[in-house]
Order: sequence, then structure tokens, then C-alpha cells
Amino acid sequence: MSDRLSRRGFFAVSAAAAGALIQDTVRAGRVYDPQRAGRPKEPITALDTDAGIQAIEKKLRCSCGCGLDIYTCRTTDFQCTYSPALHKDVLRLAGQGKTAQQILDEFVKQYGQVALMSPPREGFNLAGYFLPGVAILVAAVFLLLTLRRWTRDAKAAAPATPATLSNATPDELERLRRELDRLPG
Amino acid sequence: MGLLGHLSLWLAFLVGLWGAITGFVGGAQQRPDLQQSARNATLALFGALLVAVISLEVAIFRHDFSLQYVASRTSRNLPTFYLWSAMYSGQEGSLLFWAAVLSLFGAMTQLLTSRRHRAYLPYVAAITSLVATFFVSVMLFAPANPFQRAAFTPLDGSGMNPQLQNPGMVFHPPMLYLGYISITIPFAFAMAALLTKKLDADWLVAVRKWTIVSWLFLSIGLLIGMWWAYVELGWGGYWAWDPVENAALLPWLVMTAFLHSVMVQEKRGMLKKWNLALVIGAWLLSIFGTFLTRSGVIASVHSFTQSPVGYFFLAFLVVAAIASASVYIKRLPLLEAEATLESVVSREASFLFNNLLLIGLAFSVLWGTLYPIISEWVQGVKVTYGPPTFNFVNIPLGLVLLLLTGIGPLIAWRRASTANLRRQFAVPVTTGVFALLILLVAGMRDPGPLLAFSFGAFVFGTVFQEFARGARARHRQYGESTAFAVVQLLSRNRRRYGGYIVHIAIVLLFVGFAGMAFKTETEATLRPGESAELKGSDGHVYTFTHLGISQYNALNRQVTAALLDVRRDGKDIGRLRTEKRQHVDALGNNTFEPSTEVGIMSGLRVDLYVVLAGLVNGTEQAVFRFTINPLVWWVWFGGFVLVIGGLIVLWPGGTAVAVRGSKASSVQAGYAVKLEAER
Repeated sequence: MSDRLSRRGFFAVSAAAAGALIQDTVRAGRVYDPQRAGRPKEPITALDTDAGIQAIEKKLRCSCGCGLDIYTCRTTDFQCTYSPALHKDVLRLAGQGKTAQQILDEFVKQYGQVALMSPPREGFNLAGYFLPGVAILVAAVFLLLTLRRWTRDAKAAAPATPATLSNATPDELERLRRELDRLPG
Repeated sequence: MGLLGHLSLWLAFLVGLWGAITGFVGGAQQRPDLQQSARNATLALFGALLVAVISLEVAIFRHDFSLQYVASRTSRNLPTFYLWSAMYSGQEGSLLFWAAVLSLFGAMTQLLTSRRHRAYLPYVAAITSLVATFFVSVMLFAPANPFQRAAFTPLDGSGMNPQLQNPGMVFHPPMLYLGYISITIPFAFAMAALLTKKLDADWLVAVRKWTIVSWLFLSIGLLIGMWWAYVELGWGGYWAWDPVENAALLPWLVMTAFLHSVMVQEKRGMLKKWNLALVIGAWLLSIFGTFLTRSGVIASVHSFTQSPVGYFFLAFLVVAAIASASVYIKRLPLLEAEATLESVVSREASFLFNNLLLIGLAFSVLWGTLYPIISEWVQGVKVTYGPPTFNFVNIPLGLVLLLLTGIGPLIAWRRASTANLRRQFAVPVTTGVFALLILLVAGMRDPGPLLAFSFGAFVFGTVFQEFARGARARHRQYGESTAFAVVQLLSRNRRRYGGYIVHIAIVLLFVGFAGMAFKTETEATLRPGESAELKGSDGHVYTFTHLGISQYNALNRQVTAALLDVRRDGKDIGRLRTEKRQHVDALGNNTFEPSTEVGIMSGLRVDLYVVLAGLVNGTEQAVFRFTINPLVWWVWFGGFVLVIGGLIVLWPGGTAVAVRGSKASSVQAGYAVKLEAER
């Protein structure tokens, strides 16, 4: 009986030890070659995923030349050394109790307007935002007026009565149109 | 091989020059001997450049690292699949590819163009030869020769940029280049028409197919590029308004405008000046885009294409713009319209507004791309014109364009009566309003997606109505079943109904684009066995459980892979794997910084998009970014439908369209209609 207990105990202890070893290896074991996995990462903190911080970082450009905002770059090109540093700057400024606008202003002060993903909507930059839309609107009005002038000129130049369909009533013309519409491709 | 390739380039340069000179002189003096010589020169030019291409490919496959290009773009252990694409993976090789494909198109034009358009061919030969020769001269005289010898021969090459080692990158550049390059053919015909003063609609017939070919290749190139950016770059999207992406979009927009306005010239003999300007503009934009992306004037992620050769392109662009504008202005008196506009409410007018928007959109994209430079010039301040600004400016324009996609086909040619408009718009407007109400009831309030989905429904209603009416008419006339009638519609009038298929594709693309407004994302650090949860816009909660990290060697890389179990509302839906890859050469040396491979589980409603950001302290504890992207699948499906629609339009045969002003228009066309008493 004692032998059986002792054997059972041995297996239990062994299993527990093996389990702990496996668990340790599985849960936080070192990988074979960490260098292959790129630069080591810090664990994500609550501030990293804070919606307010992300919103600020999405308005700021990473200076590595990728053209992306700080948030997207630091969560995308994981070899970029700029965006993690800029992220730390944002966290530091937020830690000092600065508002989102104050943090943006601080970046502009340090790096210039190029740090913002969108130019401020003031002065000449208004042209950056609204010139295409205004140009299209002006062109549309011009086009409309030109088309109206063309149609007026065409009517003036047209013979008083059309050579064909002179006997057709408006109702017949509409029926003709309907018939033509019904015809296949 | 390097010597043979180098000599072939010189031969191509001389033959190309000869072709250009004999083409222009032969065309101007109407000398058949010179015209024949120009034709032969285009064939010889293609032959010489083909030898150069083969020389470079052989050097790549033989790992001839005595060539600078081969040593800097490939390595001995680069998979064969990517050895093929190595030819156009860098500046020098892509210039050779460009010149070779243009010479192929030039030769094909000489061989395949129908006898009716022979008068244009000497000038077409001259222009294609001249453009190809310019590309060859860039290789020879700028620092861009793919056959340049290396200072010493290394044991192994530097390898290919890991981000280019993706199937998308094997097909994306050639497709885009094919689109870019083939624009030269319509341009050459347009210039030939101007130079020969044969400005009836015949030149349109000659270039129509080439224009669709260009447009289709550009579309495919853009779509594959979007797919590559999505699966390879790892930032969770497919369009970042990068200058290089914009440069490819510009000629696409202008060509789309041309493909619409050309119908007005074909049917009514109007817009001749406009159409010529669009063809010339599309080609100049393709050269401008090349300058933009290869000069480094504007920062771009596509840095592998930046070099001083851009300034060769700038000089070429200026000369070409002045030359083509001079010829165009000189011929303006010959380009008067044959018909007049009868009503502002007509298909012709709607096409003009469609053109205005497409060109306006192209201007807007160009404006945004150049705005950082303009701002620096005007106010002395460097600014960033990033995706938020592009979206703010261009999304409203895109939505109006989507609306016009549905309105255009509903308005009759020449003049639309009120009764006709009421009848035409009833079904599409009802469909759009119905979709809007459903979305509002479902709680959607974001105006962008709301309008995109509603306008999409309106366009779908338009296209459905067009097919339904056509099929009903065929059923009434020939007793065909609905399915057979639809097939007959498509096969008998491919341009019209193929075009409608393209419109459906545009709707699908907009649906996909609008879906990105609802994307959700989070980051998490997980040990094996731990999970992160994220709620998608489809209302489901997705649970990602980290199963562990494995490391192994594969082909030319050392892989660190993370495996994740994925559950939707607690129910197992599969596994996702995301990787870090350290690429090495044949000697085991690291060639580039580790790159990331995204794990994607794609579905009709959402894509689950997981990125392995890195490991904590070299352990299996890993940092992940989880993104749920709604409706991305519809972007790729929309792209597929667009290609199908384009192929239907392009496919030879079907009912011939008589072009006003061309010789074909003397043939009886249209329908004879007899009005009978309505029952």
C-alpha cells in the first residue's frame, strides 16, 4: 500500500514538476534566437492603447519618412526608431497634464507645421483644402452657362420646322422615345 | 551577358533615333521608302531591347554579381519566382522593362493596325521610337545602366528588399507599367492625327482598343498594388495617398474621362478638342508621374525608385508638353464640332459634367500631392498633406462622381423630356432612398458611408433597370429567357453592357472603401494561453488566444511565427499566423532588417488583421496589433468585377459601333421604328 502511495506520489510530483516546467516554458519561455524577431518590445501599457493618446498620435506625422502618423507607424514599421520615441514624447507631455491641443502645439513648436498630418486650416492653407472644390464649382457654373449658350445658339440656328417628323405631335414623339428605349442593346 | 546587353542598348538607341527621324520625315514628305524604314526600325528596336532584357534576365539567373544591378537586387538564395521580378524591382531594370515593352507595343501597332489607318503609322512609329529612345538614353547617359559593372564582384548579392518578396510585387509593377506604357500608343495616334490633319473620327477607332487596354492594365496595376500594400505593409489599409500611388491614379482618372467623352464624339461628332486634350494630358501625366516618383522631389515610401534620373524626365516632360501643345493649338481650327448641343438635360451634357468631376478629381489629387512644395514656395513653410487632408478634400468629390455614375445612363442622348426623366429615375431613386432609410433605421449616422451606400444602391438600381429593360425587350422580340437575354445583351453590345458591369464594380469598390470608416483596432501583450478581445463593427466579439511562438528556417529567411486561435462569440473559427522574417543571403548573413508578415482571416463582412509587433525580452510573450477591417473583401471582389467588365468591353466582336465622321458611319446603323397604336 505504502509502495503504491509512494509510486502515486512520485508520479504526481513528477507530473506537477513537468507541468510547471512546460507551463513556464510555454507561458514565458525564451525563444531559440530572439535576434530573428527584430527589436525587443516593451509590454503594452494602458496608456499605449488609450483612445485619447491614439487620437493625438493620429494627427502627428512620424519623422522617419514613411508618411504615416505616429500611431500607425509605431504599430506598423516596428523597426522605426522615430515613432516609439515620438510616442514617448506624447506620453510625457500628456503626463504633464497638457491637453491634446497643447501637445499638438508643442510638436509644431519643436518640429514645425510639417509635424501635423493636416496643415492648419488658416491663411494660405485654406487653398490647400478648398481650392479643388471651389475650382470644380466655378468650372461647373461656367460649363452650365456655356452649355446653355450653346443650346440657345443651336436653337437660333435651327430651321423653323424640322424637315422630318414635322407631322409628329409631342405625344407621338414621346411614344417614339419610349419605343426606342425598349429596343435591345 | 553584360557586354551583350550594353551593346544592345546602344544599338536600340541608334535604331530608335533612326526610326524617329525616318518616321517624321517620311510622314511629312510622304516618302514610302522612309515610311517603310521607320516601320522596320520599330521592329529592330524591339529586337535590340529584347536582347537586352534577355541578357539581364540571364545575368540574374546566373547570379552574375559582376553587374552592379544583379549584385544589389538579388542573392544566390533568392527564390526563382522573385528572380523573374528582380528585373523590374529597381530603377535601372524597370527603365529597361519600360523601354522594351514600349518597343513591343510600337511593333505591334505597326503589325496589327488595319489598312484603313495606315496613314497615321509613320508618325506613330516616329513617336513610339522617340519615346523608347528617350528611355534608352536615360539608361545610357544618366546613372541608370542595368549593365553597369560593379567595382568588385561580391561572393553573394545584397538580396531583394523583403517587402518586394511578395506575389503581389511580381505582378503589380508590370501591370502598372503596361498601363503607363501603353498610354503612349493613343498619344501617338492623337499626335499623328494632328500632324496628318486627318482629324475625322478614324483616329478614335484606331486608338479605342488601345485606350481600354491601357485603362485596364492601369486598373489591374492599381488594384494589385492596393492588395500588396494591405497584405505586406501591415498598417491595416490599402491606400495611403502616397505620391507614387497618386501618380498612378492621375492618368487613370484622365483616361476614365476620355473613355466617357469619346462616346460623345463617336455618336455626335462633338468634343473633338477635348478628347485630343485628354489623350495628350493622360500621356503627359504618365511622364509627370514618372518624374515625380523617380526624382525624389516629394518624399515617398517608394524610395527604391528615387534618383537623379528624375530630372531627365522633367526635361523630357517640358519639351514634350511644349511640342504637343504647339501642334494641338495649330490644329484647333480643324477641330470644330459637327453637331450642336440640343439640351442641357442630355447624355452629352451629363458626360461633360462627369468629365469635369473626373478631371477635377485628378486636379485635386495633383494639388494635394504637390501642396507641400507649393506651400514651401508660397509661404515658406513645410507642411504635410496627409491622408486625413486627402480624404477631407476628395471623399465628397468621389461621392458626387458615384452619383453621376448612376445618373449618366438614365439621361437620353440629345434631349430628355420630363416624362422620360420621371420614368427613368423612378426605380433607381426608389432603390437609393430605400437603402438610405434602412441604414438610418439600422442606426448608421456617419454621413460618408451613409451617402456611399445610398448612392451605390442608386447606381445599382440604374444598372439593374438597364439590364432588365434590355432583357425584357429581347424576351418580347425574340422570346428569349431572361438569363439568355442578359447573355445576349452582353455579347451583342459589349461596350454598353460591359460598361455597366464596370459601374457595378465601382459601386462595390465604394462599398469597400466606406467600410473602412468602421474599422476597430487594439494592441495587446499576450503570453501563450492569454487572450485579447475586440468587438467588430459586425456586432460580434472576436477573441484571439496566443498559442505560442515557433522559429524555423524557410528558403532565404529565418522565421519567427506566432500562432493564434480565433473565436467569434466564443465559437472557434480558425487559426491565424503572423510572422517576423529575417532575410539572409546564401552565407547566412542578414540582408535586411526583420520584416513583418500580417495574419489575415478574410470574410465577406470583416477581415481579421493581426500583426506580430515583437517579442518581450526574447520570450514568447508577444506584442500584437489586432485590427478588424470591415468589407475589405468587397474591394478585391469589386476589382475582379471591374476587370471582367473591362474585358467584356475589350473583347473583339459584338455589334460594331458606327462612328460619326468615320468611313464606317456611312453604313446603315440604328433601328427602323414604326409607330403603331398603343394597346
